[in-house]
Amino acid sequence: MNKEAKIQAMTEIMTKFTSYMGKHLPDDVTAKLKELREQEDSYLAKVVYDSMTENQELANQLNRPCCQDTGVVQYFVKVGSQFPLLAEVQDILRTAALEATKEAPLRHNAVQIFEEKNTGTNTGERIPWINWEIIPNEKGINIEVYMAGGGCSLPGQGKTLMPAAGYEGVVEFVFDVMTSYGINACPPLLVGIGIGGSIDVAAELSKKALFRPLGVRHSNSRGAEMERLMEKGLNDLGLGPQGLSGKNSVMGVHMETAARHPSTISVAVSIGCWAHRKGNIQINEDMTYEITSHRGVTL
Amino acid sequence: MKKILTTPIQNEELEQLTAGDVVYLNGYLVTCRDMPHRRLVELGQKLPVDLAGLAIFHAGPIVVKEDDGWKMISIGPTTSMRMEKFEKEFIAETGVKLIVGKGGMGPNTVEGCQTYKAVHAVFPGGCAVLAATEVEEIERVEWLELGMPEALWVCRVKEFGPLIISIDTKGNNLFETNKVLFNEKKVPIVKEICSQVKFIK
Repeated sequence: MNKEAKIQAMTEIMTKFTSYMGKHLPDDVTAKLKELREQEDSYLAKVVYDSMTENQELANQLNRPCCQDTGVVQYFVKVGSQFPLLAEVQDILRTAALEATKEAPLRHNAVQIFEEKNTGTNTGERIPWINWEIIPNEKGINIEVYMAGGGCSLPGQGKTLMPAAGYEGVVEFVFDVMTSYGINACPPLLVGIGIGGSIDVAAELSKKALFRPLGVRHSNSRGAEMERLMEKGLNDLGLGPQGLSGKNSVMGVHMETAARHPSTISVAVSIGCWAHRKGNIQINEDMTYEITSHRGVTL
Repeated sequence: MKKILTTPIQNEELEQLTAGDVVYLNGYLVTCRDMPHRRLVELGQKLPVDLAGLAIFHAGPIVVKEDDGWKMISIGPTTSMRMEKFEKEFIAETGVKLIVGKGGMGPNTVEGCQTYKAVHAVFPGGCAVLAATEVEEIERVEWLELGMPEALWVCRVKEFGPLIISIDTKGNNLFETNKVLFNEKKVPIVKEICSQVKFIK
């Protein structure tokens, strides 16, 4: 395959995958929702979970975006330094977002700052958003595609604490965000928490925490325990589906961390709604691919 | 049996509803979110759709153009709280009877619902294909220059729901009641977790 053919192949893969993951929830989310639904016994909670299940079936059947808010498309890229299309990735992803918008179709969600006009294409200034990590000596590329609606983006916030506030301050911050804004963000939620020495670091990590497969814990034992404690605590609040109260509040709590400055603890929260549309794809240098978030799917 | 409201909705029907009830809608549902609220209430522009007795939907859909009109692909509720700033005046100005959205609304909307007889209801968020299949037809669109999400899409709907009444005409607010409970529960839970994360020593 020559370079032109590779560019064309990757553009097609990413267009189809962007379109696909806006219509189908990943395997881990689907399994978790089923598990949470079985625990509910109140009338309203069951009405809501039944609508959710029916909706996913209809989205599959009619091949449509399962939620109307298909977000501002984001790509979190881990690209090998020897990936043959390294220089072309940005253009390819921009084209993929543009084409998927027509093909899926996705809602038009890119509003230009100051001009305050919706571009109607889901492309705009720095959009689709691309986050880069370069992996030395690798030849392939791993891409996390993410669509977050406005509803679950709205609670996103961060704060830089003084060390005296401790990890206790982190817990308090997360719970305050959840009880004030979580209700409107379409629970059961996935809670991404980033901790670092400055707010930008914490914010980026909080978003990346949302891509970890459900059920996988922080690699540090204290981190894992803190995730478990917060998950149980948030579930004990009983926000229930759509905040109408129920047995649970969250699908999970994930923390991602970076060493901090001695004088600061920055914490940020990013929220994923129940319709958590994340998709992970690994593309090799020969343009073969594997979708890890939705097993067994070919585009 | 399903409780069904039909537009134009009468005050007497609404007065029988209580927060937590589940209803469905037949008739006209018009999408209306941030921009039309701002235009009407802040900028004093007249809405191009007469909403008296009808329902609005805090929603920005995905639609596609077809030869003879528009087809509803995906339409689910957006966060209603964003319209809280405008909703009381909006109800007073338009005579809208049913406001459908997601999550709770605040004291202004409660006052508007009580004074002018209207209710706020929740359609389960994220269930946008389900909602789209309950839209029989998009009859017309207004203010399309605002873009697909913000335009007023005039939809004829059949058994549109489930709609969970969150604010009734009697001053009840389901989400505010829940919020108080959640906040009460939060205090001891947070205290317990904090006692176990004292890692800075």
